[in-house]
Amino acid sequence: MLLSVHIELWGFPMKPAPFDYYAPETVDEAVSLLKKLEDDDIDAKILAGGQSLMPMLSLRMARPDALVDLGKIKTLDYIREENGVIHIGAMTTKRAAEDSALLQQKQPLLHVATQHIGHRQIRNQGTVGGSFAHADPAAEYGAVAQALGMEMVVVGPDGERVIPVDEFYLSFLTTDIDCSEVLTEVRAPVMPGGTGWGFQEICRREGDLAIAGVAVTLKMEAGSCVDVVIAVFGVNAIAARLDDAEQVVNGNTPGEALFAQAGKAAAAALDEPITDVHATAEYRRSLIATLVKRCLTEAVSRAA
Amino acid sequence: MTVLQQVELTVNGVSYEREVDPRMTLVDFLRHELRLTGTHVGCEHGVCGACTIIKDGQAVRSCLMLAAQADGTSLQTVEGLRNAESGELHPIQQAFIEEHGLQCGFCTPGFLMSTLELLGDNPNPTDQEIKDALDGNLCRCTGYQAIIQSVRLAAAKTQSGKLAGAHGSA
Ligand SMILES: Cc1cc2nc3c(=O)[nH]c(=O)nc-3n(C[C@H](O)[C@H](O)[C@H](O)COP(=O)(O)OP(=O)(O)OC[C@H]3O[C@@H](n4cnc5c(N)ncnc54)[C@H](O)[C@@H]3O)c2cc1C
Ligand code: FES
Ligand code: FES
Repeated sequence: MLLSVHIELWGFPMKPAPFDYYAPETVDEAVSLLKKLEDDDIDAKILAGGQSLMPMLSLRMARPDALVDLGKIKTLDYIREENGVIHIGAMTTKRAAEDSALLQQKQPLLHVATQHIGHRQIRNQGTVGGSFAHADPAAEYGAVAQALGMEMVVVGPDGERVIPVDEFYLSFLTTDIDCSEVLTEVRAPVMPGGTGWGFQEICRREGDLAIAGVAVTLKMEAGSCVDVVIAVFGVNAIAARLDDAEQVVNGNTPGEALFAQAGKAAAAALDEPITDVHATAEYRRSLIATLVKRCLTEAVSRAA
Repeated sequence: MTVLQQVELTVNGVSYEREVDPRMTLVDFLRHELRLTGTHVGCEHGVCGACTIIKDGQAVRSCLMLAAQADGTSLQTVEGLRNAESGELHPIQQAFIEEHGLQCGFCTPGFLMSTLELLGDNPNPTDQEIKDALDGNLCRCTGYQAIIQSVRLAAAKTQSGKLAGAHGSA
């Protein structure tokens, strides 16, 4: 008896704590299931690509009673353009987004940000929806969503809701998606012609989560920068636009001194940045000053 | 009581049907259920890449998937690299031997599988493209230079193999 227990432990190691596993085949099925689990007071988690959830399960930082795997739902894998808006299905892999010519041509900022997420092996399995839903402070998509004014579509027991980015991210790893809702789609406007954009991040090893990063869009009108948008990620619980820094640049002639001043304004405008094993708050502030400057230069060089 | 999950999948061309505990990771399934111990486990939370396998043509980390999620997929592991009939090593394996792309060999299965995907997509990669494809694999021994040289040689070997093949069949 004892021996068999021993063999079982050695033969079949289990890292995650036990959970019930469901693999619904439609969004409606997933939603009814989530609703039922919620009503029964069962702590359920959605599983998409697993690239953030699996480490949390294996380290037992998350111990849900039930997992609802969306992998068998085949209708959430698409990238298409409709009336100037790009629609991306939540279960589209980041690799598919990276390989999408449509995204590369029509929304290059979102495309380049995707290439910066993790390693190829992570992008092959991780989904676009999963990255939005996970809401890691260091996720590239947070800043891109703020910069582009993206919208998230969720489906729940009461039907569909479209959530603007300002209302989507609530806090560290927390979004407005309810327990019984599924994120089905994210939407980004096609990049308007002539827009210049910049994207920069700093991490220890390429593919790791960023210590700090910046996304910028702007236009040039009669030699001046207009419609300047500056968003930062990796420094606070949620990515944010920095109005103060945007105002420094808006309406002015591009130049090194102006961009350095904008960098300083950005660093000063940050709420107390995160301090962790990777970097101190002060280091993050100084990275933001530098990255804002670089992004603005990059954006102006791309603007028509 | 946990309900076991039915899983049907192909590994290195062989079909398997098993019932698994839903919380079993794919790498544990490969190693402990199928006894394919060539795929290594290092960090078990997605950082090191030792567990890299090919799923439906793309490199993935098998520690970051449940066996249940692999239902219906076709997998390739390091055991599937060598030619089953002749026993000959894959050109990528041969290149790693010739260029000393390994020391202890712990990370090697992961590097081989990441390289397999890279050369499938891009038979003639630049050094930068090699680095981009391998930045998710850690090696604590080699210092990476020999690995990059191995991939370069592997590319040359597969290229010339393909040319020879094309020539032969023409
Ligand atoms: C080594 C490594 C490096 C990484 N580097 C980066 C990086 O640089 N930048 C970055 O942004 N991320 C990075 N990641 C995280 C990676 O991008 C994940 O793929 C992503 O955060 C989650 O996507 P997923 O599909 O794997 O989701 P899962 O891991 O399956 O789910 C993540 C969370 O989102 C919820 N969720 C998922 N899909 C839905 C949905 N449709 N509706 C409602 N809730 C949902 C889940 O319940 C869970 O809480 C990295 C991961 C690893 C392992
Ligand atoms: S064991 Fe899977 S990435 Fe380290
Ligand atoms: S050869 Fe030892 S870890 Fe790579």
